[in-house]
Amino acid sequence: MTTGLLLQAAVSGVLLGGVYGLVASGLTLIFGVLRIINFAHGAVMMLAMYTSYWLFTLYGVDPYASIVVTAPLFFAIGAVIEKAVIEPNRAAAEHNQLLLTLGLALFLENLALVLWQGDFRTLRVPYAAVSFVIGDALVDLTRLIAAAGAVLMAMALFGFLRFTDLGKAIRALAEEPEGAMLVGIDVARIRAIAFGIGSASVAVAGALITPFFYVAPDVGESFNIMAFVVVVLGGMGNFVGALVGGVIVGLAESVGAAVLPGSLKQLVVFAMFVLVLLFRPQGLLGGGRGR
Amino acid sequence: MAADVDVRASRGSARSAGTAIAIALAALVVTPPFLPRYALEVLISILFFAYLGAAWNILGGYAGQFSFGHAAFFGIGAYTSTLLFLRAGLTPWIGMIAGGLLAAAFGLLAGYLSFRYGLKGPYFSLVTLAFAEMLRVVAVNTKAVGSSLGLVVPTAQPAAWQFLFAAKLPYYYVILAMALGALGITFAVERMRLGYALLAVRENEDAAEAAGVDALGMKLRAMALSSFLTALGGTFYAQYFAYIDPGITFGPGVSIQGLLPTIVGGAGTALGPLLGAFVLTPISEITRALLRGRAGADVMLYGLVLMLVISFLPQGLMGIARGGRRPVAGKPS
Amino acid sequence: MTLLDVAGLTKRFGGLQAVSSLDFSVAAGEIVGLIGPNGAGKTTVFHLLAGFHRPTAGAIRLHGASIVGLKPHAICRRGLARTFQIVQPFAALSALDNVMVGAFNRSADVGAARRSAAEIVDFVGLGPRRDAPARSLTLSDRKRLEMARALATGPTLLLLDEVMSGLNPTEIDEIIGLIRRVHERGVSLLIIEHVMQAIMALSHRLIVLHHGLKLAEGAPAEVARNPRVIEAYLGTATP
Repeated sequence: MTTGLLLQAAVSGVLLGGVYGLVASGLTLIFGVLRIINFAHGAVMMLAMYTSYWLFTLYGVDPYASIVVTAPLFFAIGAVIEKAVIEPNRAAAEHNQLLLTLGLALFLENLALVLWQGDFRTLRVPYAAVSFVIGDALVDLTRLIAAAGAVLMAMALFGFLRFTDLGKAIRALAEEPEGAMLVGIDVARIRAIAFGIGSASVAVAGALITPFFYVAPDVGESFNIMAFVVVVLGGMGNFVGALVGGVIVGLAESVGAAVLPGSLKQLVVFAMFVLVLLFRPQGLLGGGRGR
Repeated sequence: MAADVDVRASRGSARSAGTAIAIALAALVVTPPFLPRYALEVLISILFFAYLGAAWNILGGYAGQFSFGHAAFFGIGAYTSTLLFLRAGLTPWIGMIAGGLLAAAFGLLAGYLSFRYGLKGPYFSLVTLAFAEMLRVVAVNTKAVGSSLGLVVPTAQPAAWQFLFAAKLPYYYVILAMALGALGITFAVERMRLGYALLAVRENEDAAEAAGVDALGMKLRAMALSSFLTALGGTFYAQYFAYIDPGITFGPGVSIQGLLPTIVGGAGTALGPLLGAFVLTPISEITRALLRGRAGADVMLYGLVLMLVISFLPQGLMGIARGGRRPVAGKPS
Repeated sequence: MTLLDVAGLTKRFGGLQAVSSLDFSVAAGEIVGLIGPNGAGKTTVFHLLAGFHRPTAGAIRLHGASIVGLKPHAICRRGLARTFQIVQPFAALSALDNVMVGAFNRSADVGAARRSAAEIVDFVGLGPRRDAPARSLTLSDRKRLEMARALATGPTLLLLDEVMSGLNPTEIDEIIGLIRRVHERGVSLLIIEHVMQAIMALSHRLIVLHHGLKLAEGAPAEVARNPRVIEAYLGTATP
């Protein structure tokens, strides 16, 4: 186990971790505002990836450019899902709401399976082979862009939440639902917007990774689980925690892959998940809703 | 008086329900030898679904702890009996019990950790999912259990004492017995102190504790029973399909197969899983026939059905039948 | 005979001192009232006694044995039962089934538990509604149900937490009568209550809590005259 390999693993881990962080930030935002664990998060990401894929394959649209289409599109889809599926069941028991999003996930994943079959598809952009050397590590341009894009998007989201009125309204609702209602915030609208933003983030993340990640109906599942792990690690509802948690999980996964045989790296991630859930439910960074 | 009419009506309806059940039971026992092969396969599917659902129901419906990782027990059952059969020649009839006990032990461990550290609701669901996934990853990476290639159960020389049959009919009667057994256990639990305690814990854990119910102990009992039964289902699967691999046995598909018929039929009711299975399996078969070759169409419908049931019929199909008089499932909002 | 003996009971939540060094006891056959302005720590004391919170310091003895650190169900087994300030019925279960859960505390046999539960359901006046799902009961009935369930566990000491809140005067009178009948069955009571006439009429002894500290203790009439008590409730002592 050379330091070179380890460095390589660390670099790829951190880069992918940026994307995990973006995916997780959408999930944690949805949890913070709606108090639901959105099982369909990964499925929405998968649909967005297919959208980017088809835009590229049919119309030659560069996946990064496709964000211009997919982000608003999936914002709208997310808002509609929230209004049509989630909102009517707001009063349902917690575990029923979880089952609701599980049903949605099953529906969306298998819709993709029916429409496009289970074959792995890949996108080949002209600059796919471009890579840089950083120290002992080889870094693909596409992965670098993905990480940079994720960080940019996350920063934009952070700025939005912090400095705009809408963003403040979202944070108000997340922190103090009754207070938010009392000061006249249209909480139903905010909930739909929050879900929309979460879906848009995940669409952006999806577009960013299509140049180097396969597209298939089940791709959402693995990101789903990753997102849960990151969100729990970073603290449920903790936006910054999700970003930091993403990098930690990306790193753990990557180093695990370098050190452990086969696919045992997944064990590392799940073990972290279980340990945090059991012993530090508020997340490594604290500030989470815990259980 | 209103009370008398009520009692008479309920006795009357109980009697007709009893007759209906007796007829259905007779049909289930007597008709299969005359059914075409396809119909028999569908019936086996239904009963298998119902069995898994009933096993899940004890922890999910009655104790109110929604596990998303029951595949862990299914896989432990399937792999234990199969490995004992392949490596030690032990008949799966006994291997099944071994698998069940092992699964129960794992369930108690996982359950103890989860409950002791206060995991409830969605967090419990997530941690059980993680446990199942961890087992799957271990199985995939362990050569001794066949890794992702899985294990094949040799069917060349079927022998009843080895839980291998040449025809489908014997498998049918086995799964029928298992399903009825699971149903019977559920009925019994309902009428025992354990049943009342589980429902109390489900409805309000703090109030249950204050009323003298050892919530942790009760949840663990439910977990042990539920995991034991689920594991037996794993052995049945291995012997019926003669092939198991980590994805099939430890994958989320099985976990969902356990909870789906129960939620649709009515969690926390004895007949819910059976009802749900009888409704969902035909849907699956019909969609598969209509959308020939389109994998996933049936699960897509399952997702839709699940969303519809949660939205409009949160007590499941049994909720319509009951009209809310006897204890019904689902925490009130 | 002392049923409950509390010495130096203290509970801190982070920086908040909810209960400070509380000493009191309840003897067999007594009805003791626990009163004090809102936020005085009364419900916290109940949570500590019943095992829902662990004391930061202090001793709690039930029938002479320490119950600190025991889980709520174990404390219930030993004869201390409680109701909750906001009623907590098992909503989907019938009234009878609710009470049966408590009755199982005394007997593992379903038949025996059902009989004992039925008797208590009748005793609290819920007989006609025994098969109704708890969620369909009125507030007043839910309060009776809560008491019935606690009674079914066979306690020697029953903790009642604001059982009269939200009830109209007729209902309050009925509950007062019920509490007296419970007492006649041989159950001692520690009652938190804000309805002053009720608690004054029922209690043999009052304990007044303020900011987690015991402010006064004694017969109801004495305590009512105590200027410090009046000040705690009204802000200034009457001249």
